[in-house]
Amino acid sequence: MAAIELSEVRKVYAGGVEAVKGVSLTIPDGAFCVLVGPSGCGKSTLLRMVAGLEGISGGTVRIGGRVVNDLEPASRDIAMVFQNYALYPHMTVRQNLEYGLKNRKTPKEEIARRVEEAARILEIGQYLDRRPGQLSGGQRQRVAMGRAIVREPAAFLFDEPLSNLDAKLRVTMRAEIRRLQRRLKTTSLYVTHDQLEAMTLADQLVVLNAGRIEQAGSPMAIYEKPASLFVATFIGSPAMNLVPLDGPGASPLATLAGPGRGRQVLGIRPEHMRLLDGGAGVRADEIVLDLVVSGVEVVGAESYVTGRLAHGGPELAVRVPGYSHLEPGAAVKAAAPLGAFHRFDAESGRRLELA
Amino acid sequence: MIERDRGGRFFAHLLLIVGVLIVAFPIYYTFIASTQTIQTILRPPLPLTPGGEFAENYGQALFGGVGRIGGVDVGTLLFNTSVMALGIALGKIAISLLSAFAIVFFRFPFRMFFFWMIFVTLMLPVEVRILPTYKVMVDLGLIDTYAGLILPLVASATATLLFRQFFMTIPSELVEAARIDGAGPMKFFRDILIPLSRTNIAALFVILFIYGWTQYLWPLLVTNDNRMNTIVIALKKMVSFADADTPWNLVMVTAILAIVPPVLVVVLMQRWFVRGLVESEK
Repeated sequence: MAAIELSEVRKVYAGGVEAVKGVSLTIPDGAFCVLVGPSGCGKSTLLRMVAGLEGISGGTVRIGGRVVNDLEPASRDIAMVFQNYALYPHMTVRQNLEYGLKNRKTPKEEIARRVEEAARILEIGQYLDRRPGQLSGGQRQRVAMGRAIVREPAAFLFDEPLSNLDAKLRVTMRAEIRRLQRRLKTTSLYVTHDQLEAMTLADQLVVLNAGRIEQAGSPMAIYEKPASLFVATFIGSPAMNLVPLDGPGASPLATLAGPGRGRQVLGIRPEHMRLLDGGAGVRADEIVLDLVVSGVEVVGAESYVTGRLAHGGPELAVRVPGYSHLEPGAAVKAAAPLGAFHRFDAESGRRLELA
Repeated sequence: MIERDRGGRFFAHLLLIVGVLIVAFPIYYTFIASTQTIQTILRPPLPLTPGGEFAENYGQALFGGVGRIGGVDVGTLLFNTSVMALGIALGKIAISLLSAFAIVFFRFPFRMFFFWMIFVTLMLPVEVRILPTYKVMVDLGLIDTYAGLILPLVASATATLLFRQFFMTIPSELVEAARIDGAGPMKFFRDILIPLSRTNIAALFVILFIYGWTQYLWPLLVTNDNRMNTIVIALKKMVSFADADTPWNLVMVTAILAIVPPVLVVVLMQRWFVRGLVESEK
């Protein structure tokens, strides 16, 4: 077990493209860190640099206090779970699990013990003599994790391990990975583009954009106080509603502007707003907005009503419990607590705090 | 296969059976001839049923052929040909596996240049480079040796290209997983690449074995001693035996015996062979 420390890590490809532009990050011993971001943000490159599969153009990577920049992947004391599982198709599950240990000249009894234990933890005991081709996607994913566990490494690296599974299995495996990591207390670095996966798995969430860290912190801290417009729209589904204050339809909100004179964007999450029945029941700390319904999305337990602010303003989504019978074109009033608004600088995208 | 009307199926089978008869009849006729006395063969028409000289002819060809087939019995010829065909097949597979491995998985200077060099040799069959190759073999003292028979035919651009195409379909994640599992390049080659190429190797082996078995021009040049002849060369020498009558019955026996090993290889490896050609893997 060990902490992973990245300092000013950079990746420049031969063509001059800078994929990672100076990332500094410390993952404490035993923590589950999730790197999340849109495709092309450099998250996979960063993970592969920690793994040693990609050269490091600048900065240092330390695992357990040891600089690993120039070490082969095999000597970095890490194990990796790949998106396509990358199991050796011609070997049985048992041979797949044993392979890395055999290459490290681990004693036979020790190998047998670890394989047994991993098989027990992951409940793959009855498949040990099958080949990967005879297993389902979920089972293969378990074997891939088993191959990481038996190594008892300082850190686990996960490269979008669930993206090849169907939606239902993904939820199960997500919970399983979380449980497993809690149990083994192995430092983990996990890459995903799925913000839901990121939110549910992470102790430490890192949002990457264009090769830089946008924000790092606990999932709830990021959710509640997104540091930038990018984070605000990327984390949370449906995305946070944004209203540029100098745009059309924004006049009712003008009083909410934060300090400073630059152009500002207001943000509010759909679940913080509610629809009003008639005009009644408005609390003192709420602001009322007039919306024209443009669409209704029924999820099941709740519905999302999207409505346009009057005078051609932006569309806002409002979460309503249960099933909404609103028709497009209907005029509704929505209330939002004043304290639930986020303020961003329109130019830099940075978050503005009320003085 | 779609179920068709009976007439259509009958016609299809008829066509196939006729095709098989056309291909198989000369071989059958050769076999018939190999069981007759030389007198029967020389006095047409040749009967369509086997004669009574089976044991006599085959025995003579296999064990008592001294003085008849250039002083060498068929056993020696079969052995020579087997060594050459096996040597060529295995040598070609080994070399092309290694060169494809280098070209696909390593980044070295002039990698593409070497790839194209190998590719270009496709355009140079043995016949084109036969004189210089012969000179080299003479200088190396490899005339009338197994090495001389095998080595010049061992390099294979076709097999290299085939393995290259296969290696390129191996997902890079598999290569990376092996790196993380602590497998160095040669370990990766041995533990993962070769087992995965099994079916390709088997299919290629069948093709190359037959290629080696039927070599004519090169063995003819590089063997002077009758004891080093391959069976194909010996057959030719038997037919154009200058000083005596051609022993047609023994020629037929030798021809039949020459067919047997390649047929065995094909039959025994058929399942692998077909899988290697059909299977595109993962």
